Amino acid sequence: MDVLAGLMHGFALALQPANLLWCFVGCALGTIVGIMPGLGPPATIAMLLPLTFLMNPASAMIMLAGIYYGAKYGGSTTSILLNVPGESASIVTCLDGYQMAKKGRAGAALGIAAIASFVAGTVGVLGLMFIAPPLARFALAFSSPEYFALMSLGLAMVVLLAGHSIVKALLAMLVGLWISSIGTDLFSSTSRFTFGRMELLSGIDFVVVAIGVFALGEVLGNLEAIEKSQLLPVPKGLRNLLPTVQDLKDSRFAFANGSIVGFLVGVLPGGGSTIASFISYGIEKAVSKRPEQFGHGVVEGVAAPEGANNSETGGALVPLLTLGIPGSGTTAILLAALVLWGFKPGPLFISENPSLFWSLVASMYIGNLMLLVLNLPLVPLFAQVLRTPAYVLYPVIFGVSMVGVYSVSGSVFDIGLLAGFGLLGYGMRKLDFPSAPLILGLVLGGALERALRQSLMMSEGSLSILVARPISAVMLSLAVLVLLMPVFSRINAWRQKLLS
Amino acid sequence: MRVKSPDFWSGLALAALGGYIVYTARGWEYLGQDGPGPGFFPLWYGIVMLVLSAILVLTGKSEASWKGAGRAFAAWAAFAVSVALIKLLGFLIAFAALTFFIVTVMYRRPPVTAALVAAGVAAGFYVVFPLALGVALP
Repeated sequence: MDVLAGLMHGFALALQPANLLWCFVGCALGTIVGIMPGLGPPATIAMLLPLTFLMNPASAMIMLAGIYYGAKYGGSTTSILLNVPGESASIVTCLDGYQMAKKGRAGAALGIAAIASFVAGTVGVLGLMFIAPPLARFALAFSSPEYFALMSLGLAMVVLLAGHSIVKALLAMLVGLWISSIGTDLFSSTSRFTFGRMELLSGIDFVVVAIGVFALGEVLGNLEAIEKSQLLPVPKGLRNLLPTVQDLKDSRFAFANGSIVGFLVGVLPGGGSTIASFISYGIEKAVSKRPEQFGHGVVEGVAAPEGANNSETGGALVPLLTLGIPGSGTTAILLAALVLWGFKPGPLFISENPSLFWSLVASMYIGNLMLLVLNLPLVPLFAQVLRTPAYVLYPVIFGVSMVGVYSVSGSVFDIGLLAGFGLLGYGMRKLDFPSAPLILGLVLGGALERALRQSLMMSEGSLSILVARPISAVMLSLAVLVLLMPVFSRINAWRQKLLS
Repeated sequence: MRVKSPDFWSGLALAALGGYIVYTARGWEYLGQDGPGPGFFPLWYGIVMLVLSAILVLTGKSEASWKGAGRAFAAWAAFAVSVALIKLLGFLIAFAALTFFIVTVMYRRPPVTAALVAAGVAAGFYVVFPLALGVALP
């Protein structure tokens, strides 16, 4: 199916009333989640994932993707009005967005954030549409050694970019690998790390870990203090939310910058929308004629990062759908969702499931348009979400987490595990261990071990198979280089210190 | 090595986990006739975990602020107790009790408000999940 025919087929499916409804639900939920500080898209998608088992997979994927990119739109609202990022991707938006709001230009800041998100989000979907199918065709040549090398490279990138300490990120990933080993080994039927518990023979469900680490961990962190933040006044009326012609002129380069940088960073495993927004902000400041005004309320300082974090979504779906390699916590949950619904993300995914792929792509065009409408005139309405009392919100999250886990396994034992993983998630937060590598280690652990063991079966136990094949050798070398990068930069810093 | 740093203690805990993984994996087949056995992969990542946790113990020096951690642990303990109560009292009562605790103890709201919120969210869950969505409650 070529791109145009695929897209037409996708629109025919995505425009069906049920799919339109789920797209709207996802976008609205995403906006709400993005607005609420302390409740991110991975936590929300993890909590809602069990409920999607009742749905048609295409509708479910459309809704979950809507939450993913919808949160990026909503995240700017709290950054601009509260100086508190609704989610990590909107941290940079605080710098100029809040300053604009303090100068009485909150409407223009919210408006330019929505427009930049729409432009760059649409460019990101275009990139996904044109790059994913050829990349999938290229990856058809991959066998077990290439997959092992690719997953190793993906994990290395995530580890490198995940936090302040590469040692902690690696340890978090190894804990994820360990959790993925719990249960019965499918090659030999040996029970591993089950502590004699029958309930662990089938392993620990991904949903239990994801909800525990992301949702409960976040809520426990938020419960540390009773926060009272000052919400700046929300401008009412569409006219007060539209940026001026001069604002749009000033943001021309920022739209392009955010779109391109966001997509490229998204394609790289481990890049993520937070990094994309920081890079595009840096580029914008570097090429600006008024760099000294950045941080004091310039409109490009809002447009560039908001564009980048939206375009990143389209980029992040490329390796997820074509290679089965997620690059962040959220895409790891989407990967798990696809697997739970019975799909196998990888090179054959698009050719075997054209309806699902193209309806998702088409729904993202529609969703971005919906979000533009939701985030311009309806911002005052969504900002009311910030007035939801925490003492109502947090118990509801606890309850949805318990019901979500129980709906997957039907086991109260798993709810006990959920409590344990909630404590682990909170502990990781306090001790500065990033959670994305743990989730990725868990999601990829089984496939990584399978690919390694299959490779070694092919070579009768010789590890040389991993470096004898060119693609695998290149990717493994890159993975080693990526992991050694902190060592190189430390040596460089040491040399410069000696020279000076 | 800084004993007061949380990195020291988290490194020790992870070293213990790494040691357990290596010790247990040594009991499983490493390489068989058909290729690597169930002990192959865990043994290697267990060894890497041991090495990295030793690095964390020796070089870690980050600080952690525990301000407010008491509130988080109290909330977690309440959650754990409510999970334990599910089998005895059923989900709705255990969940309502958890909500009551959070509203009165964590957010210092009057018991009447807490009771209303607890009853409201429990009823809401009953309406949304079993009645509207057909999802069974624990």
